[in-house]
Amino acid sequence: MSKTPFDSSVFPLRHLLGIEGLSPLDITLLLDRANEYVELNRSVGGKLDTLSGRTVINLFFESSTRTRTSFELAGKRLGADVINMSVSTSSIKKGETLIDTAMTLNAMHPDVLVVRHGSSGAVKLLSEKVNCAVINAGDGSHEHPTQALLDALTIRRRKGRIDGLQVAICGDILHSRVARSNIHLLNVMGARVRLIAPKTLLPAQAERLGTEVFYDMKAGLKDCDIVMMLRLQTERMQSNFFPTVREYYHFFGLDYTKLEAAKPDALIMHPGPMNRGVEIASDVADDIGRSAIREQVEMGVGVRMACLEVLSLNLAAERPVADPNDSPVIDQGEHA
Amino acid sequence: MIYNPTPPEKTHAENRVAYVNARLLDPATGLDAMGGVLTQGERIVEAGAGLFTKDIPEDASIIDCRGQCLCPGLVDIRIQISGKDFANVGASAVAGGVTTAVCLPNTTPVIDDRSVVEFVARAARKAGLVKIYPYGAITKGLAGEELAEMGMLAESGAVAFTDGTSAVSNARTMAQALLYASTFGLMLVQHPEEPTLAHEGVMNSGETATRLGLSGLPKEAELIIIERDLRLAQMTGGRLHIAHVSTAESLDLIRAAKDRGLTVTCDTAPPYFALNETAVGDYRTFAKLSPPLRSEADREAIVEGLKDGTIDAIASDHTPKSEDTKRLPFADAAYGGVGMETLLPITLELVHNGHMGLLEALGLITQHPAELLGLPAGRLKAGAAADFIVFDPNRGWKVSDTELNSKAKNTPFDGRPVQGRVLKTVIDGRLVFDLEG
Repeated sequence: MSKTPFDSSVFPLRHLLGIEGLSPLDITLLLDRANEYVELNRSVGGKLDTLSGRTVINLFFESSTRTRTSFELAGKRLGADVINMSVSTSSIKKGETLIDTAMTLNAMHPDVLVVRHGSSGAVKLLSEKVNCAVINAGDGSHEHPTQALLDALTIRRRKGRIDGLQVAICGDILHSRVARSNIHLLNVMGARVRLIAPKTLLPAQAERLGTEVFYDMKAGLKDCDIVMMLRLQTERMQSNFFPTVREYYHFFGLDYTKLEAAKPDALIMHPGPMNRGVEIASDVADDIGRSAIREQVEMGVGVRMACLEVLSLNLAAERPVADPNDSPVIDQGEHA
Repeated sequence: MIYNPTPPEKTHAENRVAYVNARLLDPATGLDAMGGVLTQGERIVEAGAGLFTKDIPEDASIIDCRGQCLCPGLVDIRIQISGKDFANVGASAVAGGVTTAVCLPNTTPVIDDRSVVEFVARAARKAGLVKIYPYGAITKGLAGEELAEMGMLAESGAVAFTDGTSAVSNARTMAQALLYASTFGLMLVQHPEEPTLAHEGVMNSGETATRLGLSGLPKEAELIIIERDLRLAQMTGGRLHIAHVSTAESLDLIRAAKDRGLTVTCDTAPPYFALNETAVGDYRTFAKLSPPLRSEADREAIVEGLKDGTIDAIASDHTPKSEDTKRLPFADAAYGGVGMETLLPITLELVHNGHMGLLEALGLITQHPAELLGLPAGRLKAGAAADFIVFDPNRGWKVSDTELNSKAKNTPFDGRPVQGRVLKTVIDGRLVFDLEG
């Protein structure tokens, strides 16, 4: 299997913790690389050996099916040893702190940790305590960088560009890490971002992130090239974010009537998992001509291969030797 | 005499009626002059000074107003309907000159669902007479916990949202409600009373309550909710209206908020500028209201608030209660009084006492409340619905159970000599009340 040589020194970061702070160059590099992997994944079976001998640990503190599987597949296609750890069933239940878990895993010398955690900032905290590269697979309501990258790749392949596009992100922006990562990425790549939601599901001063805010679907969708729907977390209904699913769907669910306001060739996206009949009508979600929802999943594997590759090439060839007197991790305090 | 116009006469659409020889009063335009109004069917065709001084259209029937005042029908933005008693509400309304009324959502069933909005609209239509618009509930079942479907309720016709006679007391719930409502540009109307502080209070806290041995309800219960909600309105950008303010300090708070540019409005009810806590006197349960009648200083401040425009409107707070719920020891008696038939004369006391002009006073019960809720009412205008009243601002009468058309007689003004009486009420071009008819 052939692949183009790759200059790892181009990508400047040790971890991929978020989109915020990445340059258009960084993003383009990842997207170009991911695009090659998408083509490779389509044309040939079998494994690459790029990450042969490397260990990737999927450390998921929150349940996930698609993201974890996508990372697992990406690691295996690159020839890495991939281990899945679902922490909700493991040591966290026994009272181990996040940092202790990180320390334990660090001692096993993984090369890449792919981490999902329910608390914003937890992945960054963990990354400061380990020697390996860390990829954020979603932290709280903060960031989900690989989702934004795969969305960007989907858009670029369908529309040929990102620059200048009008993108609407609709739904539960307040709790969405997908929305935040996408806002950063789309802005830095030159798209114009709109947010559409009831005010209860919009974070304070959302317009300060470089977005235009709408409370009405038809007004917000007007002339949009891309319509990104977010999952409505119905468990939030009890906390007075919205009265009922029926009312939410009536005003903010994407159906063909509301979609008429967007451009005729507008692309419909959703990070999944979808609630049909809640934030999106089934017929819209399944519209082969307009919905890119399944394509997004496919792009996910290519994007994660690119991320794993780029970060592991930045790793030192030799693993650092653990030195108890010079731990980069724990403040030893007076015992040091 | 009250005329129930249903079923409508088929020929009504063509009917032309000329109301001649009237002193026209239209607060919206500042019109105060002799003139007339011509209606055709349900609409006003023409209204103006000097109209019909010479020629009256031949096909029009003529009603001579004999120099009396003619103004837009009263717009009462706070009434309660007990049970399913829509017909009785209408009789009381038109006798008081109220042509448009907005009812609280604490009907049976509660207006927290689209189907109930439609039920109320249908019941009110069937009863005829006054035009009734509903408030929708802020929270399901008025329980103060889960948001009601305000967006869809508004689409079905709810004009604004309130939990009626109870405050949304949880700060987080109120903040979310303001935020959510502002998504659709909807207004929330708050009953300002912090329930845990109000506790078991039954009248204003103070000397009178102490002498009577009744548990007091401190004014701070009102102030706390107003202060809190002004902050929440500022924080959320939500549209807030404070119902029936009753204390001097409430007005200080609202005045200050308006001065710093917050879009907030409030109303009061006639008892709060015409009565004080001494009206409770010898345990008169008709004077047991919510909020309670306050001190004389508070009453004077409410008058000032009406004069300087801090208070945007007057609403009757019409709350019919059966004798069974009022003939009880004071602490056990129900809150509230009927008010639609005393709305005009008590408001006119502000004029007779020299606090404000006639147009200004009428504006508080016609144009202003209509504009607050965006109701198509409160103006004498060509093309508008022919909803207006003819009244004598000086005619004296005494409020008593025999004079009231309301089935419930629980008025806090019982026995009070008042000045100003509705002579005729016209709704959709039909004469529905004629005192001398």
